[in-house]
Amino acid sequence: MFETIQRDWFGNARNDLLAGTVVALALIPEAIAFSIIAGVDPKVGLYASFCIAVVTAFAGGRTGMISAATGAMALLMVTLVREHGLEYLLAATLLTGVLQIGAGFAKLGSLMRFVSRSVVTGFVNALAILIFMAQLPELTNVTWHVYAMTAAGLGIIYLLPLVPVIGRAIPSPLVCIVALTAVSMTMGLDIRTVGDMGQLPDTLPVFLWPDVPLNLTTLTIIFPYAAALAVVGLLESMMTATIVDDLTDTPSDKNRECKAQGLANISAGLLGGMAGCAMIGQSIINVKSGGRGRLSSLAAGTLLLIMVVFLDDWISRIPMAALVAVMIMVSVGTFSWESLRNLKTHPISSSSVMIATVIVVVATHNLALGVFVGVLMAGLFFANKIARFMAVKSELLDDTTRRYEVIGQMFFATSDHFSESFDFKEVLERVVIDLSQAHFWDITSVGALDKVVMKFRREGTKVDVVGMNAATRTVVDRFGIYDKPEEVEKLMAGNS
Amino acid sequence: MNESRDGDKKIITACIDGSGITESIIDTAAWASNTVGAPLKFLHVLEKATTPSVEDRSGAIGPGSVTHLLDELTELDEKRGKLAMELGKHMLEDAGLRARNAGVDEVSSQQRHGDLLEALKMCEDDTRIFVIGRLGEDHENHSHKLGAHLESLVRAIHTPIMVAVGHFATPESFMIAYDGSRTANTAIARIARSTLLKSMPGHVVMIGPENDLNQHNLKKATATLSSSGHDVHSHLRQGNVVDELAAFREEHDIGLMVMGAYGHSRMREFFVGSNTSKMISSSVVPLLLLR
Repeated sequence: MFETIQRDWFGNARNDLLAGTVVALALIPEAIAFSIIAGVDPKVGLYASFCIAVVTAFAGGRTGMISAATGAMALLMVTLVREHGLEYLLAATLLTGVLQIGAGFAKLGSLMRFVSRSVVTGFVNALAILIFMAQLPELTNVTWHVYAMTAAGLGIIYLLPLVPVIGRAIPSPLVCIVALTAVSMTMGLDIRTVGDMGQLPDTLPVFLWPDVPLNLTTLTIIFPYAAALAVVGLLESMMTATIVDDLTDTPSDKNRECKAQGLANISAGLLGGMAGCAMIGQSIINVKSGGRGRLSSLAAGTLLLIMVVFLDDWISRIPMAALVAVMIMVSVGTFSWESLRNLKTHPISSSSVMIATVIVVVATHNLALGVFVGVLMAGLFFANKIARFMAVKSELLDDTTRRYEVIGQMFFATSDHFSESFDFKEVLERVVIDLSQAHFWDITSVGALDKVVMKFRREGTKVDVVGMNAATRTVVDRFGIYDKPEEVEKLMAGNS
Repeated sequence: MNESRDGDKKIITACIDGSGITESIIDTAAWASNTVGAPLKFLHVLEKATTPSVEDRSGAIGPGSVTHLLDELTELDEKRGKLAMELGKHMLEDAGLRARNAGVDEVSSQQRHGDLLEALKMCEDDTRIFVIGRLGEDHENHSHKLGAHLESLVRAIHTPIMVAVGHFATPESFMIAYDGSRTANTAIARIARSTLLKSMPGHVVMIGPENDLNQHNLKKATATLSSSGHDVHSHLRQGNVVDELAAFREEHDIGLMVMGAYGHSRMREFFVGSNTSKMISSSVVPLLLLR
């Protein structure tokens, strides 16, 4: 155990510290931008980012992943902040943390398996679109200087890494921010700066209990927000953890990560920060910069706070245009551009799940709703596909007896097709329904079978149902025994 | 608890990693294999390097950055992995050859990806003795440091472990470091059941005050071994445990040190320090650790 701790923390110390520095520099503009999206002072996002990054460094289940104040979460808080104010946001943040810890103990991390790839892609794309859209207010009704600066900023961000040697050693978003700030200050441009957006931190964060009445009214106000925040936070964290798992080819403990996210949010709430979660873009930047261990996240959080507290005068002079450029980069980097190309090749059902997720999110600004719709659609499409695996064959055994053989999956979506497969008007003395190749998954299908038997009886036909035992074993909700390969084989072979 | 339970068919598993003492590991393992007449298996574990293969601190993410990064990392890992696999194969071939020359008939080899401890646990069921080196690959230059793995391995594995050191010489006699503890008595019982040490004379050495309890324990341990056909003498000495054991070893020119390992909790050892670790790091002869 000690060895694991040592490896997680110091196995890659030099690279972790350098990557953490790169991440800290990139986190500052993001935390400020997300605070602005949520409608709170930049310090709320900056304190949150510090706190969440540091707590997840210690408690997290996915080493090398960066968590902080995020856009996905910020978007969910907008109305709460507007209607009830910051204190209620802090209270909601605490509750979010509690719910996430609960989810961690309930092992809900494993529920991620119901979120299909198309939904994940939709989530990511919707997030990128929302981050981009949130930048638009900074780009409307402004002078040409702002456009020029944003364009120059994007130029620096994307072109500088192409320069040999230096390009890979200096973070280009940092260069963009420093250069644009210098230009705006020397030219004395009258454009919006970070200082205009609200208060920056000038001290270390202090412990604060949210100033809200502790009663049921407060709970009814914050609970819907906290629930949505908890769901979206865990979703994005689990998705990001999977991405980091793939990138680094190492495993992670998802349920531990759920608890860590909860703990981080509780701490953030108590230090005057907003709720956050894992960040897809920053985690990619961290891995790309060589960050693998816990030290990278700790360094990112700590450096962020140090820089912000000591450089607050300078940070307040950063033009918003520089921030917008960085956020456009994050949005472009987060968007899954392959998914557009894949629209041609992927099945229409998958593509429509992805697109529906994006549309719902962009329309409601609520990632939780989008995921809900996506998962629901994916489930229905799946049921529809499986429903094709059902057929009823029939043969006349002699003049008075017909044998129907039911093959495949019987459940709510196939019940109608099943009932229509029988010819009740044929005059027969006896009908044999062979179910030994069928699987009955729910009571709708059992009901359909009952109805078929009854209809035959009403025509005066005697019905023999054979193979019933094997077919109905699946109705029972005893999923436990099907985990074993030999049980699955037995089940799918259809004999008891 | 008889001979067959300890397993005539069970094998000696030797872990090699290409470090400076690989030859010593092979020789130690070959000796153990010949002495107990068990087949020998060489295990090479390809551990994933903790240091990343890409260093790009531009901090910028462009379109499709996840896919690009994933491709890049996969490609580099692939190259590293292939190279390590190739090197490992050669190493295993050389090891097999050396062991056959030392008279071992049945030699096999295996490569595994992942963690060394995981690999050892997987082999534990059919392994009679593990042979590992004192130095890990990362520790080439620190001749008296424990390999990064060793302590946690010894704690997690309950099969006897032989720790190979710098240079192997066929032991003519052995000594058992005995302290009267439960771990030590388990070790004695285990040795009594084994054939590994029957071929040579040995000493049961206890470092502690000259009192009845110690005398009694020591006598009992020696009797257990003698009754199973071992040729052992007992000694009770006073002084610093690690120093006295080393002095005794030198006086009698003993070639193999046997001891129960890590009888105390992590916590205690964190504060008090572990005799086992000190013994392992200072020993000049192979050690047989029993848990």
